Amino acid sequence: MAISADPLNLIICGVGGQGNILLSGMVGSAYIKKGSFATIGETFGAAQRGGAVFSSVRVSQKREYGPLIPEGKAHLILGLEPLETLRMVQKYGNPDTVCISNTHPVVPAGVAANRDTYPDIDELKDALSTLTKKAWFLDATSIALELKAPIAMNIVMCGAVLGTEQLTLTADDIKAELQESLPPDRLELNYEALARGMKAVA
Amino acid sequence: MPNLAKLAPGSYYLLQGNEAIARGALEAGVQYCAAYPGTPSTEILTNFAQAAKDAGLHAEWSSNEKVATEAALSAAYAGLRTITSMKNAGLNVAMDTLQHINLATLGDQNGAMLVVVADDPQSHASGDEEDTRWVAQMANAPLLEPSNFQEAYEMTKYLFDLSEEFGIFCWLRDYTRLAHARGRVKVGQYKKADRKAKYDRTKMFTPYIAPPKHAILVEKMAKIRERFEESPFNAYEGPENPDLLIVCCGSGAPCSRDAIEELGLEGKVGILKLGTLWPFPSTLVVSHIRKAKRVLIVEEVDPYVETHTKAAVADARLAEPPEILGRVSGHMSYVGENNPDKVIAALCQIFGIEYVARDPEYQAKVDEIAGKMVVNRGLIWCAGCPHRASFYSIGNAIKRDGRNAVVTSDIGCYTMDAFPDGTQLTNTLHCMGGGLGEACGFGQLEQFGFKQPVIGICGDSTFFHASITPLVNAIYNNANMVAIILDNSITAMTGFQPHAGTGRTATQDATAIVSAEELCRTLGCRVEVVDAFDTKASTATLMELLKDEGGVKVLILRRACELQRMREERRHPYKVWVETEKCKGDKCGFCYRVLQCPGVGYDKASGKARILEALCAECGLCADLCPSKAIVKEERA
Repeated sequence: MAISADPLNLIICGVGGQGNILLSGMVGSAYIKKGSFATIGETFGAAQRGGAVFSSVRVSQKREYGPLIPEGKAHLILGLEPLETLRMVQKYGNPDTVCISNTHPVVPAGVAANRDTYPDIDELKDALSTLTKKAWFLDATSIALELKAPIAMNIVMCGAVLGTEQLTLTADDIKAELQESLPPDRLELNYEALARGMKAVA
Repeated sequence: MPNLAKLAPGSYYLLQGNEAIARGALEAGVQYCAAYPGTPSTEILTNFAQAAKDAGLHAEWSSNEKVATEAALSAAYAGLRTITSMKNAGLNVAMDTLQHINLATLGDQNGAMLVVVADDPQSHASGDEEDTRWVAQMANAPLLEPSNFQEAYEMTKYLFDLSEEFGIFCWLRDYTRLAHARGRVKVGQYKKADRKAKYDRTKMFTPYIAPPKHAILVEKMAKIRERFEESPFNAYEGPENPDLLIVCCGSGAPCSRDAIEELGLEGKVGILKLGTLWPFPSTLVVSHIRKAKRVLIVEEVDPYVETHTKAAVADARLAEPPEILGRVSGHMSYVGENNPDKVIAALCQIFGIEYVARDPEYQAKVDEIAGKMVVNRGLIWCAGCPHRASFYSIGNAIKRDGRNAVVTSDIGCYTMDAFPDGTQLTNTLHCMGGGLGEACGFGQLEQFGFKQPVIGICGDSTFFHASITPLVNAIYNNANMVAIILDNSITAMTGFQPHAGTGRTATQDATAIVSAEELCRTLGCRVEVVDAFDTKASTATLMELLKDEGGVKVLILRRACELQRMREERRHPYKVWVETEKCKGDKCGFCYRVLQCPGVGYDKASGKARILEALCAECGLCADLCPSKAIVKEERA
């Protein structure tokens, strides 16, 4: 059943270059087409690529909310990268938060340099499950690679969030957004990515 | 990014604050748009450039903000509606011109000019948290600050009309949480503007001689203030006689609303949201303050509204003036951006409320579990970035030269050298053009016993922006220095804007290429150009230039930005892999610890280096430099 909170506080997080901003834009725009208020804050700093990036999406039927979610008040966290999902749960999670996370790590520079340690992926998943009401996991990166379109990982994750039925958005709502933002020859592939994401959490 | 000239009137759209401003300007009939890229203002001009062909606009990336302002000013003199947009730091460059305009007026052809300045509280992408609102006051420019996306759009339209009516430029304050946030905007009718440009040659417009012109401007501002006292951009919401009145503007409005709702203080706290900030609507503010017991000011970054509110209250000589809380009282911080949590904390302090954001047991669990696992994700150059190679060579040359060369750097992707994950060769770093400017100083200290070589760094876009004048100064005053231009052939940091050296305009039309190399030679410098990826030649050339005591030497380390190259070529140049048996792993670690390329990392399982396929650009740099020749590159067919 979809989350009934108003405002709905949704966080979409990942690493620069993963298509976070396109994804939050589609979700926000789809809600606006349904007559809701939607506000999105984006935190990406000076990061072109590789930095931690997140969008906060706030949806309401009552009024326009500010772009920033108060600490500990996220209802749903959609993570394109598992460490980033945990980073967001750490700041914005609460016992009722749900999360949907890609399990494919993108290692930070400090980890690649063997200064820091990237958490073991199973421990990371356990942590997310422990700290949320419900957590869904999928390897969206591998699914996108199977489709020979690593760039469509964000759309796989979008499919996953639809598949969990935590939002009131439908696949058709997102397809309408895809039609507006992509050239026609990319649509079939992205519809497929959406469907594969939905299936992965079903 | 939608083409803003093609939105359906009366419809709601999800627009970025910068898009809302651009759409407002289009509806207001803007025809001439000029800017230099700077986060978070860049998208305003990007949108004009995208709509330029459909909307019949002139949209240009100017060499810097001052030139952009002057270009826009001239178009206003010729009777057009014009806009220039810049980041906070950009304002500092444009300020000389802006201080003059409203004394001189915008002429007699009914032109209008809007200046949008995007501040960056929290310094997400800036060197400081400069609050530019003081400058609007200094320049006597009517200043509006939107508190949401619809207002950004409405205020933009309004300010063009105000500008035309009073013959002075107007100021819209943009900021990161508006510029780079998105929300609902209902757009209006757009019609292609068709004003013709002309100038009456018998007329002169200049601030000289200033005092009488200043007097006229003061009168204009008094009239505008009267109007602002009645402006619908200022609005009160809340109880008739609130226990606490929040006077706020910009992002302070949504943060205050959200905080009041979170704490359930709707019956006690009212909000006076101000949109018109200069001239300051003192009478309006005082009329609301009379009804309140206490006042809290929520704004970012400096106590601008707070200072004016206190002055207004002092002028009004209230019998029992309420307590005015904010930065000076310590309820709000001088540092950083607004967020709901900061206002929640201030309200809790004022009302003595205990607030816990989340269950303490959960908090403890989060601290224990996530606290252990979450590691930082530092900023570092992209895989394939030429700056990685350049800084490797610069570091090598400095080490081998052995005389502790001083490095003065500048603003661009290479700024990341100074960040925690950079190579930290940078010694000083300030602003656009500062690299060569500061090198001028270090390069002239010999008579005081200074014996260290001097390296001033700038990028290609930075060169055209603000580095040519310091270069001329260095030559004229015979500074001994090496100027390094890190030429990646694009303005990369702000999102790949073309510049004077690229041969393309903002609207992607072909144009003349201004050659930095030829220009430096013409100025009389010794100029060497090396491929940034040829680290041997880069290092050797720099060492030689450091030894050359003959004034100003220029080294251009050239290679296209990898992201831009990939956008154009859509293929990797090489296949790159690690021959694990040759790799010495952590005994060496050159590729992942020294080069710190995101495309290669330490592999726990094998204890060796591993190419991270998803990130590696296969540029081949690590293969060229691997001390064990364990990384191999093979040209792709």
